[in-house]
Amino acid sequence: MARVVVDVMLKPEILDPQGQAVQRALPRLGFQGISDVRQGKRFELEVDGPVDDTALARIHELAESFLANTVIEDFTVKVEEVKAEAGK
Amino acid sequence: MSRTPLDTVEHAAGTPDVELPWAELGLKKDEYERVVEILGRRPTGAELAMYSVMWSEHCSYKSSKVHLRQFGEKAPQSDALLVGIGENAGVVDVGQGYAVTFKVESHNHPSYVEPYQGAATGVGGIVRDIIAMGARPVAVVDPLRFGAADHPDTKRVLPGVVAGIGGYGNCLGLPNIGGEVVFDACYQGNPLVNAGAIGVMKHEDIHLAKASGAGNKVILYGARTGGDGIGGASILASETFDDAKPSKRPAVQVGDPFQEKLLIECTLEAFQEKLVVGIQDLGAAGLSCATSELASNGSGGMRVTLDDVPLRDSTLSPEEILMSESQERMCAVVEPEKVDRFLEICDKWDVIATVIGEVTDGDRLEIFWHGGKIVDVDPRTVAHDGPVYERPYARPSWQDELQADDANKLPRPGTGDELKDQVLKLVSSPNQASKSWITSQYDHFVQGNTVLAQPEDSGMIRIDESSGLGVAIATDGNGRYAKLDPYAGAQLALAEAYRNVATTGAKPLAVSDCLNFGSPEDPAVMWQFAEAIRGLADACQQLGTPVTGGNVSLYNQTGEAAIHPTPVVAVLGVIDDVARRTPVAFQEEGQLLYLLGDTREEFGGSAWSQVIHDHLGGLPPQVDLERERLLAEILISASRDGMIDSAHDLSDGGLVQAVVESALLGGKGARLVVPEGLDAFTFLFSESAGRALVAVPRSEELRFNDMCGARGLPVTRVGVVDGDTVEVQGEFTLSLDTLREAHERTIPALLA
Repeated sequence: MARVVVDVMLKPEILDPQGQAVQRALPRLGFQGISDVRQGKRFELEVDGPVDDTALARIHELAESFLANTVIEDFTVKVEEVKAEAGK
Repeated sequence: MSRTPLDTVEHAAGTPDVELPWAELGLKKDEYERVVEILGRRPTGAELAMYSVMWSEHCSYKSSKVHLRQFGEKAPQSDALLVGIGENAGVVDVGQGYAVTFKVESHNHPSYVEPYQGAATGVGGIVRDIIAMGARPVAVVDPLRFGAADHPDTKRVLPGVVAGIGGYGNCLGLPNIGGEVVFDACYQGNPLVNAGAIGVMKHEDIHLAKASGAGNKVILYGARTGGDGIGGASILASETFDDAKPSKRPAVQVGDPFQEKLLIECTLEAFQEKLVVGIQDLGAAGLSCATSELASNGSGGMRVTLDDVPLRDSTLSPEEILMSESQERMCAVVEPEKVDRFLEICDKWDVIATVIGEVTDGDRLEIFWHGGKIVDVDPRTVAHDGPVYERPYARPSWQDELQADDANKLPRPGTGDELKDQVLKLVSSPNQASKSWITSQYDHFVQGNTVLAQPEDSGMIRIDESSGLGVAIATDGNGRYAKLDPYAGAQLALAEAYRNVATTGAKPLAVSDCLNFGSPEDPAVMWQFAEAIRGLADACQQLGTPVTGGNVSLYNQTGEAAIHPTPVVAVLGVIDDVARRTPVAFQEEGQLLYLLGDTREEFGGSAWSQVIHDHLGGLPPQVDLERERLLAEILISASRDGMIDSAHDLSDGGLVQAVVESALLGGKGARLVVPEGLDAFTFLFSESAGRALVAVPRSEELRFNDMCGARGLPVTRVGVVDGDTVEVQGEFTLSLDTLREAHERTIPALLA
């Protein structure tokens, strides 16, 4: 079994009101030195069976059509092996 | 890194031969030559950016101006009008010292590209127009038109648009009290997302967009400026001036309603302390528009240092800063001694505010960047003296054929069972079905002043708690009618909105319009546009309701196919005491149902012809504005004097649609009798204008009939509120349960 992670971020040129709100809050809370914050979404997909090219293509398709709004967002897909059970 | 020298005014004067990408910025050759003539030299890149965006169709109304003049020329004398066309929004006196400002605008194309953000920023833009007049926004309305209800793309666009409107409005705490949802294949690929807003103020609080008084400071406040909506300027920046720039510029603007909420509160507080001389919101054309309009509406002189504009993206060129359409920004003109206090208020609301320039005693708008003067223009030439086109227009060749294809000749239902079947088809069709799945996603009642909201005939808001003074607004438009006859179609849109306001008991006062048409370069479309404006201006004159402002949206088409001509008309009315309003729902069994007005065989463009025969042809219903005025007077008097307990205007779908809606909303049925001289089909489905259905308590029957008789309004008793069925005697009976199932299931089944 494998885990596929899809990261979705607003495109760099698009306004990110949530990120801005976080950025504005930081100095108020005593955290200095952060000049910009962009906020995104992370999806962890547990995949049944092997993560081969077919599976990745499917995940790419679902990310493009459902997880991300590609008009205003970019996404990346990466595979993360799930660590083997301890003691195996 | 080698940089080309800054394109200053001086540099431009010394390099007359430099080619500028005027065509890519959307200017025509003769328009560019005119700019050169006005300036007496080639424009700088920044000047070209300003002219190109201010002379665009959207900002200059260059194709529509010659026709729009009629709204001014034919404007009826109205004591209620405090501010007319030309300002951010019109302002109407509603009595007791209150003034109301309202306006409708379009945000069609952005909503097609990115439905949620497009619709959301549409709401944001219209709300800023309202704030800029000095008013507190109190409600929004949204007339929407989409492609066929069962088309897959409608399922992409509609939910996003609805969520965007609801989301932005909810964050601002503004109730959504009205509007429409219409489906028609002609809007496939070109949905119409129109947004309206209402604001309330005291007379003395009206603010105008002008910068006067030399030495006064120009303050930009609100969001930072980013590279939003500046496609054209990027060309200018990347191709001509600096190849090394990152060229990615967002095609979609993202709204930030919480920033807008802060802008509202901050602006109103500054108004309250009388800190503001002039104000302008930043919408289309951004700073180019705000600076040139403020300056030209004032004494004319202004000096701006562009380096002081707070940026979200430090790589922006001066041209881009001037053209950026970043949301949630405003520009205020403030006397020097009040600047500190103004900035303090902005700071309190966490709004970034920066002095970017000052009013001068000259008549030039001068803009500086890195110490160089990059703009030196007469602001009037930018803001007001744009090109004006007398575009050719011609009645399309197919118009006669369309009108000859008479809907009155379509096969009609012959038996009671056929009638019953067609009634069910009508009330369950996407356009006639209940839209509550959509409108219930909006907050109707936030702030606690909403008196009426969808699906009532008009939205109504209380504006004074102690006296009960309120205002009502209705928006209407029927592209099918307008396609058959744009002159009559525009008048019918006005008549319906006017009637809807009166039906709820409010007196119609003024009009705002959003004129959605195809390409003005097509003579047929231009003819539709010219006819619609002529019709609307004539009708406004006759009804005594001036047009206070609005918006024109052209180029609504996919390839060669234009949308139906769709003038959307908003009518604002006033009611002395909202407790006297008239709702749509039947209130009490035993009340008598009266049909007001004349019913003729009129089926051209009707809902029946669309639903049953998928037909569009013939002529729309006759327009009789004197009748509309009389009907409105009767409805208002009857409401004020408590003679009617419910009322519903008759429009698309005819009488049966109105009866079904009133019955379902009230949970009470009706027994109807086909009046003498009419057949059951015409009685139920005709869409003759100038009609309403009212429910009269028996105790008021005599008085109501006397009033109608004395004023000469035809009134016909057609039935009684009764039971849990809708029965047309001798024809058919339908239970409310069956009707409810038919009426309320359609939209969720298609879209949920």
